[in-house]
Amino acid sequence: MTPTSRGFLGSRRTDADPSRIPPGQYVTTAFPVLSAGPTPHTPLDRWTFSIRGAVAEPISWTWDEFRALPSENITTDIHCVTKWSKLDTEWMGVSLDTLLAGVQSSAGHALVFCDGGYTTNLPIADLTGGKAWITYGFGGASLDSQHGGPARLLVPHLYFWKSAKWVRGLDLRDEDQPGFWERYGYHNYGDPWQEQRYSGD
Amino acid sequence: MTALDGNAIAGMLQTAFGQDMTAAPGTCAGCGAASRLGQARVYRGAGTVLRCPNCEGVLMVIIENGGVMGIDAQGLTDLHVPW
Amino acid sequence: MARAALLRRLTWQTGTIVKIVTETARTRTIALQVPEWRGHRGGQHVDIRLTADDGYQAQRSYSIASAPSDAQVEITVERLHDGEVSPYLVDQLRLGDELELRGPVGGYFVWQDSPGGPLLLIAGGSGIVPFRSMLRHHRSIHSTVPVQLLYSVRTPEDLFYREELMRMATSDEIDISLTFTRTQPPGWNGYDRRIDREMLVESGWSPGADPLVYVCGPTAFVETAAELLVGIGHDPRRIRTERFGGIGENP
Ligand SMILES: [Zn+2]
Repeated sequence: MTPTSRGFLGSRRTDADPSRIPPGQYVTTAFPVLSAGPTPHTPLDRWTFSIRGAVAEPISWTWDEFRALPSENITTDIHCVTKWSKLDTEWMGVSLDTLLAGVQSSAGHALVFCDGGYTTNLPIADLTGGKAWITYGFGGASLDSQHGGPARLLVPHLYFWKSAKWVRGLDLRDEDQPGFWERYGYHNYGDPWQEQRYSGD
Repeated sequence: MTALDGNAIAGMLQTAFGQDMTAAPGTCAGCGAASRLGQARVYRGAGTVLRCPNCEGVLMVIIENGGVMGIDAQGLTDLHVPW
Repeated sequence: MARAALLRRLTWQTGTIVKIVTETARTRTIALQVPEWRGHRGGQHVDIRLTADDGYQAQRSYSIASAPSDAQVEITVERLHDGEVSPYLVDQLRLGDELELRGPVGGYFVWQDSPGGPLLLIAGGSGIVPFRSMLRHHRSIHSTVPVQLLYSVRTPEDLFYREELMRMATSDEIDISLTFTRTQPPGWNGYDRRIDREMLVESGWSPGADPLVYVCGPTAFVETAAELLVGIGHDPRRIRTERFGGIGENP
Protein backbone atom coordinates (compact mmCIF):
# COMPACT_ATOMS: atom_id res chain seq x y z
CA MET A 1 0.00 0.00 0.00
CA THR A 2 1.47 3.29 -1.10
CA PRO A 3 1.49 5.87 1.69
CA THR A 4 0.15 9.27 0.69
CA SER A 5 2.21 12.39 1.10
CA ARG A 6 0.43 14.69 3.54
CA GLY A 7 -0.72 17.83 1.76
CA PHE A 8 0.88 16.98 -1.56
CA LEU A 9 -1.06 18.20 -4.57
CA GLY A 10 1.64 18.66 -7.16
CA SER A 11 1.47 21.52 -9.59
CA ARG A 12 -2.17 20.74 -10.29
CA ARG A 13 -5.39 22.62 -10.24
CA THR A 14 -8.23 20.71 -8.71
CA ASP A 15 -10.98 23.25 -9.43
CA ALA A 16 -11.16 22.67 -13.18
CA ASP A 17 -14.38 21.82 -15.06
CA PRO A 18 -14.23 18.01 -15.29
CA SER A 19 -15.90 18.00 -18.71
CA ARG A 20 -12.81 19.67 -20.12
CA ILE A 21 -10.40 17.04 -18.80
CA PRO A 22 -9.81 13.91 -20.91
CA PRO A 23 -9.62 10.60 -19.04
CA GLY A 24 -6.47 10.05 -17.02
CA GLN A 25 -5.33 13.69 -17.27
CA TYR A 26 -4.45 16.18 -14.51
CA VAL A 27 -4.70 19.93 -14.90
CA THR A 28 -1.55 21.93 -14.31
CA THR A 29 -0.85 25.64 -14.26
CA ALA A 30 2.82 25.06 -15.07
CA PHE A 31 4.04 24.55 -18.62
CA PRO A 32 6.31 21.50 -18.41
CA VAL A 33 9.09 21.40 -20.98
CA LEU A 34 9.21 18.10 -22.82
CA SER A 35 11.55 17.30 -25.64
CA ALA A 36 13.08 14.37 -27.45
CA GLY A 37 16.36 16.21 -27.97
CA PRO A 38 18.38 19.38 -27.54
CA THR A 39 16.90 22.78 -28.29
CA PRO A 40 17.96 23.87 -31.78
CA HIS A 41 18.78 27.50 -32.46
CA THR A 42 18.14 28.20 -36.12
CA PRO A 43 18.71 31.89 -36.94
CA LEU A 44 15.54 33.51 -38.26
CA ASP A 45 17.29 34.59 -41.46
CA ARG A 46 17.84 30.94 -42.26
CA TRP A 47 14.42 29.73 -41.11
CA THR A 48 11.84 28.64 -43.66
CA PHE A 49 8.53 26.82 -43.53
CA SER A 50 8.02 24.41 -46.43
CA ILE A 51 5.26 22.21 -47.79
CA ARG A 52 6.71 19.51 -50.03
CA GLY A 53 6.30 15.88 -50.96
CA ALA A 54 3.17 14.79 -52.86
CA VAL A 55 2.33 18.28 -54.06
CA ALA A 56 2.02 19.77 -57.54
CA GLU A 57 4.58 22.38 -56.55
CA PRO A 58 6.53 22.68 -53.28
CA ILE A 59 6.11 25.97 -51.47
CA SER A 60 8.26 27.72 -48.91
CA TRP A 61 8.08 30.89 -46.80
CA THR A 62 10.93 32.82 -45.21
CA TRP A 63 10.43 34.06 -41.67
CA ASP A 64 9.46 37.54 -42.87
CA GLU A 65 7.06 36.14 -45.46
CA PHE A 66 5.59 33.83 -42.86
CA ARG A 67 5.07 36.63 -40.37
CA ALA A 68 3.32 38.66 -43.05
CA LEU A 69 0.62 35.97 -43.45
CA PRO A 70 -2.71 36.60 -41.74
CA SER A 71 -2.51 35.39 -38.15
CA GLU A 72 -5.08 34.23 -35.63
CA ASN A 73 -5.29 34.24 -31.86
CA ILE A 74 -6.17 30.83 -30.48
CA THR A 75 -7.28 30.04 -26.94
CA THR A 76 -7.36 26.32 -26.32
CA ASP A 77 -6.72 23.46 -23.90
CA ILE A 78 -3.71 21.21 -24.45
CA HIS A 79 -3.24 17.63 -23.32
CA CYS A 80 0.14 15.92 -22.94
CA VAL A 81 0.42 12.13 -23.04
CA THR A 82 2.48 12.33 -19.81
CA LYS A 83 -0.90 13.13 -18.20
CA TRP A 84 -0.87 16.88 -17.74
CA SER A 85 -3.43 19.16 -19.33
CA LYS A 86 -3.23 22.92 -19.43
CA LEU A 87 -6.38 24.96 -19.93
CA ASP A 88 -6.98 28.21 -21.80
CA THR A 89 -3.54 28.51 -23.32
CA GLU A 90 -3.20 31.50 -25.65
CA TRP A 91 -1.38 31.16 -28.93
CA MET A 92 -0.85 33.24 -32.02
CA GLY A 93 -0.08 31.84 -35.42
CA VAL A 94 -1.09 31.03 -38.96
CA SER A 95 -3.85 28.55 -39.71
CA LEU A 96 -2.85 25.49 -41.72
CA ASP A 97 -5.91 26.28 -43.86
CA THR A 98 -4.13 29.46 -44.94
CA LEU A 99 -0.88 27.63 -45.62
CA LEU A 100 -2.50 24.76 -47.52
CA ALA A 101 -4.89 26.97 -49.51
CA GLY A 102 -2.51 27.35 -52.44
CA VAL A 103 -1.23 23.78 -52.39
CA GLN A 104 -2.49 21.26 -54.91
CA SER A 105 -2.32 17.78 -53.52
CA SER A 106 -4.40 14.67 -53.16
CA ALA A 107 -2.23 13.33 -50.32
CA GLY A 108 -4.06 12.07 -47.25
CA HIS A 109 -1.19 12.23 -44.75
CA ALA A 110 1.48 14.59 -43.54
CA LEU A 111 4.81 13.90 -41.89
CA VAL A 112 5.75 17.00 -39.94
CA PHE A 113 9.48 17.76 -39.90
CA CYS A 114 11.44 19.91 -37.50
CA ASP A 115 14.84 21.29 -36.61
CA GLY A 116 16.67 18.66 -34.60
CA GLY A 117 15.22 15.80 -36.65
CA TYR A 118 11.93 15.30 -34.79
CA THR A 119 8.96 14.11 -36.84
CA THR A 120 5.29 13.32 -36.22
CA ASN A 121 2.54 12.12 -38.54
CA LEU A 122 -1.06 13.28 -38.92
CA PRO A 123 -3.91 12.87 -41.38
CA ILE A 124 -4.30 16.01 -43.51
CA ALA A 125 -7.93 16.07 -42.35
CA ASP A 126 -6.66 16.84 -38.83
CA LEU A 127 -4.60 19.77 -40.07
CA THR A 128 -7.43 21.50 -41.94
CA GLY A 129 -10.83 22.88 -41.01
CA GLY A 130 -9.60 25.33 -38.34
CA LYS A 131 -7.99 22.61 -36.21
CA ALA A 132 -4.27 23.32 -36.60
CA TRP A 133 -1.87 26.27 -36.70
CA ILE A 134 1.80 27.08 -37.02
CA THR A 135 2.27 29.27 -33.96
CA TYR A 136 4.95 31.79 -33.05
CA GLY A 137 3.29 33.56 -30.13
CA PHE A 138 2.38 32.28 -26.68
CA GLY A 139 0.71 34.19 -23.84
CA GLY A 140 1.17 37.51 -25.61
CA ALA A 141 4.91 37.12 -26.22
CA SER A 142 6.97 35.38 -28.84
CA LEU A 143 7.16 31.63 -28.38
CA ASP A 144 10.11 30.67 -26.22
CA SER A 145 12.63 28.27 -27.78
CA GLN A 146 12.18 25.79 -24.92
CA HIS A 147 8.49 25.57 -25.84
CA GLY A 148 9.23 25.18 -29.55
CA GLY A 149 9.99 28.68 -30.82
CA PRO A 150 10.48 30.23 -33.25
CA ALA A 151 7.52 28.20 -34.52
CA ARG A 152 5.53 25.25 -33.28
CA LEU A 153 2.72 23.23 -34.80
CA LEU A 154 -0.41 23.42 -32.65
CA VAL A 155 -2.96 20.60 -33.03
CA PRO A 156 -4.77 20.85 -29.70
CA HIS A 157 -7.35 18.12 -30.33
CA LEU A 158 -4.60 15.47 -30.32
CA TYR A 159 -2.01 14.61 -27.64
CA PHE A 160 0.59 17.30 -27.50
CA TRP A 161 3.50 15.31 -28.96
CA LYS A 162 1.69 15.87 -32.29
CA SER A 163 2.15 19.62 -31.76
CA ALA A 164 5.74 19.45 -32.94
CA LYS A 165 8.26 21.95 -31.57
CA TRP A 166 10.73 23.77 -33.84
CA VAL A 167 8.59 22.92 -36.87
CA ARG A 168 10.00 23.56 -40.34
CA GLY A 169 7.46 22.04 -42.65
CA LEU A 170 5.12 19.34 -43.85
CA ASP A 171 5.98 16.42 -46.07
CA LEU A 172 2.66 15.50 -47.71
CA ARG A 173 2.35 11.79 -48.41
CA ASP A 174 -0.06 9.42 -50.10
CA GLU A 175 0.82 6.79 -47.53
CA ASP A 176 1.06 7.25 -43.80
CA GLN A 177 4.50 7.05 -42.24
CA PRO A 178 4.95 7.00 -38.46
CA GLY A 179 6.91 9.84 -36.84
CA PHE A 180 9.42 9.73 -33.98
CA TRP A 181 7.25 8.70 -31.03
CA GLU A 182 4.79 6.81 -33.20
CA ARG A 183 7.66 4.56 -34.33
CA TYR A 184 8.58 3.78 -30.72
CA GLY A 185 5.11 2.63 -29.77
CA TYR A 186 3.00 5.70 -29.15
CA HIS A 187 -0.41 5.74 -30.77
CA ASN A 188 -0.52 6.60 -34.44
CA TYR A 189 -3.43 9.03 -34.03
CA GLY A 190 -3.39 10.10 -30.37
CA ASP A 191 -6.91 11.25 -29.45
CA PRO A 192 -6.81 12.21 -25.74
CA TRP A 193 -10.60 11.72 -25.37
CA GLN A 194 -10.21 8.08 -26.48
CA GLU A 195 -7.06 7.85 -24.33
CA GLN A 196 -5.04 6.72 -27.34
CA ARG A 197 -1.65 6.90 -25.66
CA TYR A 198 0.08 3.78 -26.92
CA SER A 199 -0.20 1.72 -30.05
CA GLY A 200 -3.08 -0.67 -29.41
CA ASP A 201 -4.96 1.63 -26.99
CA MET B 1 18.15 22.66 -21.91
CA THR B 2 16.48 19.80 -20.05
CA ALA B 3 19.59 17.70 -20.62
CA LEU B 4 20.03 15.45 -17.66
CA ASP B 5 22.38 12.54 -17.94
CA GLY B 6 21.94 8.82 -17.53
CA ASN B 7 22.69 9.06 -13.80
CA ALA B 8 19.36 10.79 -13.30
CA ILE B 9 17.43 7.82 -14.69
CA ALA B 10 19.48 5.16 -12.89
CA GLY B 11 16.31 3.97 -11.16
CA MET B 12 14.37 3.60 -14.39
CA LEU B 13 17.27 1.78 -16.06
CA GLN B 14 17.69 -0.53 -13.09
CA THR B 15 13.99 -1.31 -13.11
CA ALA B 16 14.17 -2.09 -16.82
CA PHE B 17 17.36 -4.16 -16.82
CA GLY B 18 17.28 -5.60 -13.29
CA GLN B 19 20.64 -4.09 -12.35
CA ASP B 20 22.65 -0.92 -12.53
CA MET B 21 23.16 0.28 -16.08
CA THR B 22 24.79 3.68 -15.58
CA ALA B 23 28.24 2.08 -15.66
CA ALA B 24 27.39 -0.12 -18.67
CA PRO B 25 29.53 0.74 -21.69
CA GLY B 26 27.94 1.02 -25.11
CA THR B 27 28.92 2.09 -28.61
CA CYS B 28 26.97 4.63 -30.65
CA ALA B 29 25.75 3.25 -33.96
CA GLY B 30 25.91 6.71 -35.46
CA CYS B 31 29.44 7.89 -34.67
CA GLY B 32 31.14 4.91 -33.06
CA ALA B 33 31.87 6.74 -29.81
CA ALA B 34 32.01 4.57 -26.68
CA SER B 35 30.34 5.86 -23.52
CA ARG B 36 28.71 4.65 -20.36
CA LEU B 37 24.95 4.98 -20.16
CA GLY B 38 25.50 7.30 -17.18
CA GLN B 39 27.13 9.72 -19.60
CA ALA B 40 24.26 9.70 -22.11
CA ARG B 41 22.22 12.89 -22.52
CA VAL B 42 18.70 12.22 -21.31
CA TYR B 43 15.60 13.95 -22.63
CA ARG B 44 12.07 13.46 -21.34
CA GLY B 45 9.39 13.78 -23.96
CA ALA B 46 6.41 11.47 -24.39
CA GLY B 47 8.96 8.82 -23.40
CA THR B 48 12.63 8.95 -22.43
CA VAL B 49 15.39 9.43 -25.00
CA LEU B 50 19.07 8.70 -24.32
CA ARG B 51 21.38 10.45 -26.75
CA CYS B 52 25.08 10.02 -27.51
CA PRO B 53 27.27 12.49 -25.58
CA ASN B 54 29.44 12.83 -28.67
CA CYS B 55 27.01 13.22 -31.61
CA GLU B 56 23.56 13.60 -29.95
CA GLY B 57 22.30 10.63 -31.98
CA VAL B 58 19.57 8.52 -30.38
CA LEU B 59 21.08 5.59 -28.43
CA MET B 60 18.04 4.27 -26.65
CA VAL B 61 14.35 5.05 -26.26
CA ILE B 62 12.37 3.89 -23.25
CA ILE B 63 8.61 4.05 -23.10
CA GLU B 64 6.53 3.01 -20.12
CA ASN B 65 3.07 1.70 -20.91
CA GLY B 66 1.31 0.90 -17.68
CA GLY B 67 3.71 -1.30 -15.76
CA VAL B 68 5.50 -2.46 -18.90
CA MET B 69 8.69 -0.87 -20.19
CA GLY B 70 9.59 -0.96 -23.84
CA ILE B 71 13.23 -0.41 -24.71
CA ASP B 72 14.57 0.28 -28.17
CA ALA B 73 18.36 0.22 -28.28
CA GLN B 74 18.87 0.28 -32.05
CA GLY B 75 21.15 3.30 -31.68
CA LEU B 76 23.73 1.16 -29.89
CA THR B 77 25.89 -1.28 -31.83
CA ASP B 78 26.73 -2.95 -28.55
CA LEU B 79 25.87 -2.61 -24.91
CA HIS B 80 27.76 -4.50 -22.24
CA VAL B 81 25.26 -5.52 -19.62
CA PRO B 82 27.62 -6.38 -16.80
CA TRP B 83 25.99 -9.56 -15.50
CA MET C 1 28.35 -8.61 -3.96
CA ALA C 2 26.41 -11.74 -4.75
CA ARG C 3 24.68 -11.91 -8.09
CA ALA C 4 21.34 -12.54 -6.43
CA ALA C 5 21.66 -9.29 -4.55
CA LEU C 6 22.56 -7.41 -7.72
CA LEU C 7 19.51 -8.66 -9.50
CA ARG C 8 17.12 -7.97 -6.67
CA ARG C 9 14.17 -6.08 -7.96
CA LEU C 10 14.08 -2.41 -7.18
CA THR C 11 11.15 -1.83 -4.87
CA TRP C 12 9.76 1.21 -3.15
CA GLN C 13 10.51 1.51 0.56
CA THR C 14 9.17 3.88 3.15
CA GLY C 15 11.46 6.08 5.21
CA THR C 16 10.58 8.34 8.13
CA ILE C 17 11.88 11.90 8.35
CA VAL C 18 13.99 12.12 11.49
CA LYS C 19 15.95 15.31 10.91
CA ILE C 20 15.72 18.42 8.76
CA VAL C 21 18.59 20.89 8.44
CA THR C 22 18.29 24.22 6.64
CA GLU C 23 21.32 24.66 4.37
CA THR C 24 20.38 27.84 2.48
CA ALA C 25 17.21 29.87 1.96
CA ARG C 26 16.16 27.42 -0.74
CA THR C 27 17.75 24.21 0.45
CA ARG C 28 17.23 21.62 3.17
CA THR C 29 18.95 18.42 4.09
CA ILE C 30 16.43 15.72 4.96
CA ALA C 31 17.47 12.67 6.99
CA LEU C 32 15.39 9.53 6.62
CA GLN C 33 15.29 6.48 8.80
CA VAL C 34 14.92 3.59 6.35
CA PRO C 35 14.34 0.27 8.13
CA GLU C 36 15.70 -2.02 5.45
CA TRP C 37 18.36 0.14 3.81
CA ARG C 38 20.86 -2.18 2.20
CA GLY C 39 23.67 0.34 2.05
CA HIS C 40 24.98 2.55 -0.73
CA ARG C 41 28.15 3.92 -2.26
CA GLY C 42 29.20 7.56 -2.32
CA GLY C 43 27.70 9.27 -5.38
CA GLN C 44 24.63 7.07 -5.72
CA HIS C 45 21.06 8.34 -5.98
CA VAL C 46 17.66 7.59 -4.57
CA ASP C 47 14.36 8.09 -6.35
CA ILE C 48 11.76 9.86 -4.23
CA ARG C 49 8.05 9.45 -4.97
CA LEU C 50 5.19 11.58 -3.71
CA THR C 51 1.57 10.41 -3.81
CA ALA C 52 -1.46 12.68 -3.45
CA ASP C 53 -4.71 11.58 -1.78
CA ASP C 54 -6.27 10.83 -5.17
CA GLY C 55 -3.37 8.68 -6.35
CA TYR C 56 -1.53 11.30 -8.40
CA GLN C 57 2.21 10.68 -8.23
CA ALA C 58 5.38 12.58 -8.97
CA GLN C 59 8.90 11.24 -8.76
CA ARG C 60 12.43 12.68 -8.85
CA SER C 61 15.96 11.41 -8.39
CA TYR C 62 18.26 12.91 -5.74
CA SER C 63 21.92 12.35 -4.92
CA ILE C 64 22.51 10.79 -1.52
CA ALA C 65 24.29 13.24 0.78
CA SER C 66 25.15 10.87 3.63
CA ALA C 67 27.96 8.34 3.95
CA PRO C 68 27.33 4.61 3.60
CA SER C 69 28.20 4.25 7.30
CA ASP C 70 25.78 6.95 8.49
CA ALA C 71 22.77 5.79 10.46
CA GLN C 72 20.35 7.64 8.20
CA VAL C 73 19.93 8.28 4.52
CA GLU C 74 20.19 11.99 3.76
CA ILE C 75 19.30 14.00 0.70
CA THR C 76 19.83 17.70 0.16
CA VAL C 77 17.06 19.31 -1.86
CA GLU C 78 17.06 22.72 -3.50
CA ARG C 79 13.67 24.30 -4.23
CA LEU C 80 13.42 24.70 -8.00
CA HIS C 81 11.33 27.43 -9.52
CA ASP C 82 8.40 25.65 -11.22
CA GLY C 83 9.39 22.42 -9.52
CA GLU C 84 6.76 19.94 -8.44
CA VAL C 85 8.57 17.70 -5.97
CA SER C 86 11.28 20.00 -4.60
CA PRO C 87 8.93 22.72 -3.24
CA TYR C 88 7.08 20.04 -1.30
CA LEU C 89 10.27 18.55 0.11
CA VAL C 90 11.71 21.96 1.01
CA ASP C 91 8.60 23.75 2.28
CA GLN C 92 6.03 21.20 3.42
CA LEU C 93 7.72 18.05 4.62
CA ARG C 94 7.88 17.78 8.43
CA LEU C 95 9.59 15.61 11.01
CA GLY C 96 7.79 12.30 11.38
CA ASP C 97 6.38 12.32 7.84
CA GLU C 98 6.85 9.25 5.71
CA LEU C 99 8.50 9.38 2.31
CA GLU C 100 8.71 6.71 -0.36
CA LEU C 101 12.08 6.00 -1.86
CA ARG C 102 13.81 3.39 -3.96
CA GLY C 103 17.46 2.77 -4.33
CA PRO C 104 20.30 3.17 -4.06
CA VAL C 105 20.76 3.45 -7.80
CA GLY C 106 23.67 4.31 -10.05
CA GLY C 107 27.07 2.71 -10.45
CA TYR C 108 28.94 5.12 -12.70
CA PHE C 109 29.32 8.29 -10.66
CA VAL C 110 30.48 6.53 -7.48
CA TRP C 111 33.63 6.42 -5.40
CA GLN C 112 34.48 3.77 -2.84
CA ASP C 113 38.18 3.74 -2.08
CA SER C 114 39.74 3.24 -5.43
CA PRO C 115 43.45 2.72 -5.34
CA GLY C 116 45.30 4.41 -8.14
CA GLY C 117 45.61 8.12 -7.88
CA PRO C 118 44.29 11.00 -5.86
CA LEU C 119 40.77 12.36 -6.11
CA LEU C 120 39.79 15.62 -7.75
CA LEU C 121 36.21 16.72 -7.06
CA ILE C 122 34.71 19.69 -8.89
CA ALA C 123 31.29 20.92 -7.78
CA GLY C 124 29.03 23.62 -9.15
CA GLY C 125 26.19 24.74 -6.86
CA SER C 126 24.17 21.80 -5.56
CA GLY C 127 26.62 19.52 -7.39
CA ILE C 128 28.37 19.36 -4.01
CA VAL C 129 25.80 16.85 -2.67
CA PRO C 130 27.31 13.56 -3.93
CA PHE C 131 30.75 14.79 -2.87
CA ARG C 132 29.59 15.18 0.70
CA SER C 133 28.75 11.48 0.64
CA MET C 134 32.13 10.60 -0.87
CA LEU C 135 34.06 12.85 1.55
CA ARG C 136 32.21 11.50 4.59
CA HIS C 137 32.97 8.00 3.37
CA HIS C 138 36.61 8.95 2.85
CA ARG C 139 36.80 10.04 6.49
CA SER C 140 34.88 7.14 7.93
CA ILE C 141 37.18 4.57 6.34
CA HIS C 142 40.27 6.67 7.21
CA SER C 143 41.23 6.70 3.56
CA THR C 144 44.71 7.97 2.80
CA VAL C 145 43.76 8.96 -0.77
CA PRO C 146 44.50 12.69 -1.08
CA VAL C 147 41.52 14.76 -2.19
CA GLN C 148 41.19 18.19 -3.72
CA LEU C 149 37.73 19.73 -3.89
CA LEU C 150 36.96 22.80 -5.96
CA TYR C 151 33.50 24.13 -5.15
CA SER C 152 31.92 26.97 -7.13
CA VAL C 153 28.94 28.91 -5.78
CA ARG C 154 27.45 32.27 -6.64
CA THR C 155 27.32 33.84 -3.19
CA PRO C 156 28.25 32.89 0.38
CA GLU C 157 24.54 32.31 1.04
CA ASP C 158 24.54 29.54 -1.59
CA LEU C 159 27.19 27.48 0.17
CA PHE C 160 26.01 24.08 1.44
CA TYR C 161 27.55 22.25 4.44
CA ARG C 162 29.70 25.23 5.47
CA GLU C 163 30.80 24.01 8.92
CA GLU C 164 31.25 20.44 7.84
CA LEU C 165 33.43 21.43 4.90
CA MET C 166 35.53 23.64 7.16
CA ARG C 167 36.05 20.72 9.53
CA MET C 168 36.92 18.41 6.64
CA ALA C 169 39.46 20.89 5.33
CA THR C 170 41.46 20.54 8.54
CA SER C 171 42.28 16.97 7.52
CA ASP C 172 45.71 16.41 5.97
CA GLU C 173 44.20 14.49 3.09
CA ILE C 174 41.48 16.93 2.09
CA ASP C 175 42.09 20.28 0.41
CA ILE C 176 39.11 22.52 -0.30
CA SER C 177 39.07 25.56 -2.60
CA LEU C 178 36.02 27.77 -2.95
CA THR C 179 35.11 30.26 -5.60
CA PHE C 180 32.32 32.80 -5.18
CA THR C 181 31.35 33.85 -8.67
CA ARG C 182 28.92 36.66 -7.95
CA THR C 183 29.25 37.97 -4.38
CA GLN C 184 32.18 37.28 -2.08
CA PRO C 185 32.23 37.25 1.72
CA PRO C 186 33.72 40.38 3.35
CA GLY C 187 37.49 40.24 3.31
CA TRP C 188 37.57 37.34 0.88
CA ASN C 189 40.86 36.97 -0.94
CA GLY C 190 40.18 33.67 -2.65
CA TYR C 191 38.68 33.02 -6.07
CA ASP C 192 35.91 35.33 -7.23
CA ARG C 193 35.25 34.05 -10.74
CA ARG C 194 33.88 31.09 -12.67
CA ILE C 195 36.17 28.11 -12.91
CA ASP C 196 38.83 28.52 -15.55
CA ARG C 197 42.02 26.91 -16.72
CA GLU C 198 44.22 28.83 -14.31
CA MET C 199 42.07 27.86 -11.32
CA LEU C 200 42.16 24.17 -12.26
CA VAL C 201 45.91 24.28 -12.71
CA GLU C 202 46.39 25.99 -9.33
CA SER C 203 43.86 24.10 -7.24
CA GLY C 204 43.55 20.70 -8.88
CA TRP C 205 45.92 17.81 -9.26
CA SER C 206 48.08 18.03 -12.33
CA PRO C 207 47.45 15.39 -15.01
CA GLY C 208 50.83 13.93 -14.01
CA ALA C 209 49.35 12.85 -10.66
CA ASP C 210 46.80 10.82 -12.66
CA PRO C 211 43.84 11.77 -10.47
CA LEU C 212 40.39 10.30 -10.68
CA VAL C 213 38.19 13.31 -11.47
CA TYR C 214 34.50 13.78 -10.63
CA VAL C 215 32.55 16.78 -11.87
CA CYS C 216 28.99 17.49 -10.76
CA GLY C 217 26.77 20.49 -11.39
CA PRO C 218 24.46 22.10 -13.91
CA THR C 219 24.97 21.01 -17.52
CA ALA C 220 26.82 24.13 -18.64
CA PHE C 221 29.14 24.01 -15.62
CA VAL C 222 29.97 20.35 -16.18
CA GLU C 223 30.64 20.86 -19.86
CA THR C 224 32.94 23.81 -19.21
CA ALA C 225 34.85 21.99 -16.47
CA ALA C 226 35.24 18.79 -18.48
CA GLU C 227 36.53 20.70 -21.50
CA LEU C 228 39.04 22.62 -19.39
CA LEU C 229 40.25 19.42 -17.73
CA VAL C 230 40.83 17.68 -21.03
CA GLY C 231 42.47 20.87 -22.31
CA ILE C 232 45.10 20.81 -19.57
CA GLY C 233 45.87 17.18 -20.25
CA HIS C 234 43.62 15.08 -18.02
CA ASP C 235 42.72 11.68 -19.43
CA PRO C 236 39.03 11.81 -20.45
CA ARG C 237 38.69 8.20 -19.28
CA ARG C 238 39.56 9.34 -15.74
CA ILE C 239 36.84 12.02 -15.71
CA ARG C 240 33.35 11.13 -14.52
CA THR C 241 30.57 13.63 -14.83
CA GLU C 242 27.08 14.08 -13.52
CA ARG C 243 24.95 16.87 -14.82
CA PHE C 244 21.54 18.03 -13.82
CA GLY C 245 19.36 20.05 -16.13
CA GLY C 246 16.94 22.81 -15.37
CA ILE C 247 18.47 26.17 -15.88
CA GLY C 248 21.73 25.95 -17.75
CA GLU C 249 23.09 28.86 -15.75
CA ASN C 250 26.66 28.71 -14.55
CA PRO C 251 27.11 28.92 -10.78
ZN1 LIG D 1 27.38 9.16 -31.39
